[in-house]
Amino acid sequence: MTARAPLTLAAVLLLGAALTASPAQAERLIVSVSNHRVTVTPNYSGEELVLFGSVEKDASTPASRNNYDLVVTVAGPRADMVTRRKERKFGIWINTDSRQFLKVPTYLALFSNRPFDAIASPEVQRRQQLGLNNVLLTQRVGPDYADVVPNDAFRSAFVRLRSEHGLYREATSAVTFLTPTLFRTGIPLPAEVPIGTYDVEIKLFADGALVTKTDSAFEIVKVGFEQFVATTARQNGLVYGLVTAFMALMTGWMASIVFRKD
Amino acid sequence: MQLYLPIADIPVNVFLILAMGAAVGFVSGMFGIGGGFLMTPLLIFVGIAPAVAVASVASHIAASSFSGALSYWRRRAIDPLLALVLLCGGTIGTALGVWTFTLLRSLGQLDLMIAMSYVILLTTVGGLMFWEGLRALLRTRRGGAATIRRPGSHGWIHGLPLKVRFKRSKIYLSIIPVIVIGLIIGFIGAVMGIGGGFILVPLMIYVLRVPTSTVIGTSMVLTLVTMVFATLLHAVTNHLVDAVLALILMIGGVTGAQFGARAGQKIRGEHLRLLLGLLVLSVGVRFAVELVIRPEDLFTIRETGGAG
Repeated sequence: MTARAPLTLAAVLLLGAALTASPAQAERLIVSVSNHRVTVTPNYSGEELVLFGSVEKDASTPASRNNYDLVVTVAGPRADMVTRRKERKFGIWINTDSRQFLKVPTYLALFSNRPFDAIASPEVQRRQQLGLNNVLLTQRVGPDYADVVPNDAFRSAFVRLRSEHGLYREATSAVTFLTPTLFRTGIPLPAEVPIGTYDVEIKLFADGALVTKTDSAFEIVKVGFEQFVATTARQNGLVYGLVTAFMALMTGWMASIVFRKD
Repeated sequence: MQLYLPIADIPVNVFLILAMGAAVGFVSGMFGIGGGFLMTPLLIFVGIAPAVAVASVASHIAASSFSGALSYWRRRAIDPLLALVLLCGGTIGTALGVWTFTLLRSLGQLDLMIAMSYVILLTTVGGLMFWEGLRALLRTRRGGAATIRRPGSHGWIHGLPLKVRFKRSKIYLSIIPVIVIGLIIGFIGAVMGIGGGFILVPLMIYVLRVPTSTVIGTSMVLTLVTMVFATLLHAVTNHLVDAVLALILMIGGVTGAQFGARAGQKIRGEHLRLLLGLLVLSVGVRFAVELVIRPEDLFTIRETGGAG
């Protein structure tokens, strides 16, 4: 919903920028992710997906336009998160101030073929949410809901902590153009990536303005035993607890039999 | 070998967890304690969420105390009536503990609460044990008899009503202090993810004057039942018990405990108390240092739900 207004604006900008501007959408993006369903198995320890695609030109594409820029945004399942700040009170460090982030992606990756500053103006970067500093992270500030300036203490701490775990990342050289229209990029998924649906948004830029964009998605799911355990724990808490307790008793009993001295 | 934990949602090295279980099991077998106060911080250290660690360790302690209780039962070193009365208090305490745990988790002060209670409890109990062990050691050095001091043979505790005769332990005692002690142990066990054996044993010896022949076995029964109960409650209310993690810990723990018990028999009693006191004290001091020094990162993130 929020993307519609910037899109229209970008189209207007495009009209102004290109002299021989025909109506927008002169290019089409065709993309695919190497695996649309990542399964979490007992030996799962992270994975790297590959996204590849090509820019399809049609008759209305200006012949002079050959230098494209590409920005790929991967957003994991959204969740509410709290960032807390410790302060010294009565000689010990305790959590005092906190800020709540609402429906923010649990995983967020932004990849491009060159630095965002080279791709578009700061204004376009902000509107198109290019870079971790420009992505909308809604906070609850008192009774209001808003994003704050990128250098806000809580926001930057949030981004930094997520980045330390490899869950938020920004790489301005991750997208490689194999030919002027054929591109690929890797999507690294660390071991702690949350389970759920991941939205991939691919935006094509030319001459500092958005040309077109397309979406793709993949999901990370637990299968087999992992999924069975996780859903049982959540849906049949009592049965799960009883089985775990019984398992504990059996293990203890087995040990006392195996190691019985007399 | 990496294994993905279904509830903790992170992959862990199976051998590392097994080794941790065995090491803690060794200590617990040596001193006749559950070892939860060592296991929970270790799990937090390897990256498992504190709440999941506390909930999963409960079932691990249940396994090791059941194995211990069985061997004490064969040696008739358990007082069933005393265990039953302790359990009455223990069950209420555990329920209160799990409820407090859920409340603190929603307030965002669970980590602080866990750390604070570790500091207070471990430094106090560890300090007392260390002091007691040191004095006993000095007494034997001087050639005196190394007997446990039993001050004021008829304290106020023995004047309380509702007295019951505990036959196996050969004591005649009011059930009120027994229930209160059970309640305290159950409560801290559920909140801190510890069995509480290292507190229960000295309380039973010094406050209730239970003879040493039945004290460890009986305390293991209480630990066993409160931990089974805590596992169930954590599973039902917080959905945080990781059965896979618990199983790995149990296997390592029960194996380590057997070797620990054998090693423990080779060490003199007062040395053992001194060592245990030192161990408990150092864990407590470590938590205290963490609270007092400026943390490396002032910020923490916690998911508050609402996924999807």
